[in-house]
Amino acid sequence: MSRTDLAAQTSASARDLLGVSRLTNAALTRWLHALPGVDQVGCEARAGALSTRSVKADSKRAAIDLAISMIDLTTLEGADTHNRVRGLAAKALRPDPTDPSTPRTAAVCVYGDMVATAKEALQGSDVKVAAVATAFPSGRASLAVKLVDTQDAVAAGADEIDMVIDRGAFLSGRYLDVFHQVARVKEAAGPARLKVIMETGELATYDNVRRASWLCLLAGADFIKTSTGKISPAATLPVTLVMLEAVRDWRDLTGTMAGVKPAGGIRTSKDAIRYLVAVQETAGADWLDNHWFRFGASSLLGDLLLQRQRLRDGVYSSVTYIADDSPSTAY
Amino acid sequence: MSRIDVRKTYKLYVGGKFPRSESGRTYPVYAAPARSGATPRLLANAAAASRKDAREAVVAARAAQPGWAGATAYNRGQVLYRVAEVMEGRREQFVADVRAAEGVSAARAEALVSAAIDRWVWYAGWSDKFTQVAGGVNPVAGPFFDVSVPEPVGVVAILAPQASSLLGLVSVLAPTIVTGNTAVVLTSATRPLPAVTLAECLATSDVPGGVVNILTGDPAEMAPWLASHRDVGGLDLTGAADAAGVDWGALEASAADTLTRVLRPGGTGAEAVEPDWLPEPGLGRMMRFVDVKTVWHPKGR
Repeated sequence: MSRTDLAAQTSASARDLLGVSRLTNAALTRWLHALPGVDQVGCEARAGALSTRSVKADSKRAAIDLAISMIDLTTLEGADTHNRVRGLAAKALRPDPTDPSTPRTAAVCVYGDMVATAKEALQGSDVKVAAVATAFPSGRASLAVKLVDTQDAVAAGADEIDMVIDRGAFLSGRYLDVFHQVARVKEAAGPARLKVIMETGELATYDNVRRASWLCLLAGADFIKTSTGKISPAATLPVTLVMLEAVRDWRDLTGTMAGVKPAGGIRTSKDAIRYLVAVQETAGADWLDNHWFRFGASSLLGDLLLQRQRLRDGVYSSVTYIADDSPSTAY
Repeated sequence: MSRIDVRKTYKLYVGGKFPRSESGRTYPVYAAPARSGATPRLLANAAAASRKDAREAVVAARAAQPGWAGATAYNRGQVLYRVAEVMEGRREQFVADVRAAEGVSAARAEALVSAAIDRWVWYAGWSDKFTQVAGGVNPVAGPFFDVSVPEPVGVVAILAPQASSLLGLVSVLAPTIVTGNTAVVLTSATRPLPAVTLAECLATSDVPGGVVNILTGDPAEMAPWLASHRDVGGLDLTGAADAAGVDWGALEASAADTLTRVLRPGGTGAEAVEPDWLPEPGLGRMMRFVDVKTVWHPKGR
């Protein structure tokens, strides 16, 4: 199948799903706005209730290891250097040098020009390299530039592409533009899995989050991701709940599974475990795997390791006992 | 006309805030009985801090430590002197607290509060003088400048004295923080209220949140977690004397795993004794919770 065929095929299956003969902005708008609205109070109360679950002892141990294995260890700074990326890769491979039983992280997430460096450092391991592309974090560039940005990262060896949607287009109701951009980037990403960042902090309402989730899934996203981590608020539990409902319902509707990645603002083990509880209770156990759920974070790993050491040794640990080769403490 | 009592349930002091114990527990605090056999008078309820409160207190103390140690010595001295000013303004409350807690006469309580405030001023004055006394330029037989400076050990967990509820507390707390450490204080179990009033003084002075964290409750419950905590750099066991269920030898042993600096309680042998707090204390307590860093700098031609 040639590359242009994939975008055409995505459009075709979208037409089938919507039951229209031509995919227009009006058709997409009708479909997205027919989705049931999100009960804001109910959603936040549900997230609050899930946060109170107490996870102890063996379950906590398992949850911490699972959370470590789900991390996309991230450095997205203007000051990134090749050596910083190598340091990050070393940390992904051996998060806790004092304990070889610590699982590896799922991936490292870097800018496109660092992909080759990360790939080389992670050679022979199952740790993936994710690259942000499409004029990250703003997404303000022409489609041609976004496609080249994506192809460049894939050519350098990226296993996963984290793209951003055009929030301006989405918020002004140009859903078809967003759809085409995602579908074309998906095509350009080729074999790489595509994570689509919706930047929920800019979408203002849960209804918009739900619509954006469905729109991205319709356009072929393999993963939907909350945030770039560059603006606040980043990931929140209620927003992630809405997205988890979307991937669950998407599978019911189409039989296709998609992943979810909350990113930014998740710093403590307690936070991470709350998200895992939400995954289990909303989408189901099928998603409790780093193929389908990820955390975009850098400082989270340190706290998970501290708690892991606390459970292992029976005493509270200190950051001085965690290898400090993480280049970024921004989030 | 009679007035309804304002009943008090005090809270902890952690990170510059006054949270309830995570456990939700409180315990009654009674006045020292005037004579044996008398019915104890309820003073107030105090929060019974838990292991997790101690954990949060260490997090707060750790977060505050670089900023506090990084402030100039002059600035730390000013901040601590300001605490003494606020304490002086609350003198009457302290006198009443100490009198009720320790069962002493009004005159004796006055004297103890004056001594406590003077002790605080005395230690505040050491902030920009201690470095000269504890460090200096060392004479060496080689082409080097050789300089020693005392540096704070970080977060210090303090078991405050059980008997001397204010003077003893000030005498262990002030020397710890004046050198740039931050502190997690476990108050006297049965006489915590002067410490609560001190927390209110600290909160209304210029001391940054987290520099001093005050936990009321049972020290035997929290001390082992603080002693073994890898983020705690110093452990003051002074309050182990007459503390029910506290085995200070075991605490010192578990602190040794992480090279935590330990200040043993007074007395000789296994029996811990609370010292007399009135004499001028000397520099020993300040010296115990600093590490001396020595720098060799080559001197060329």
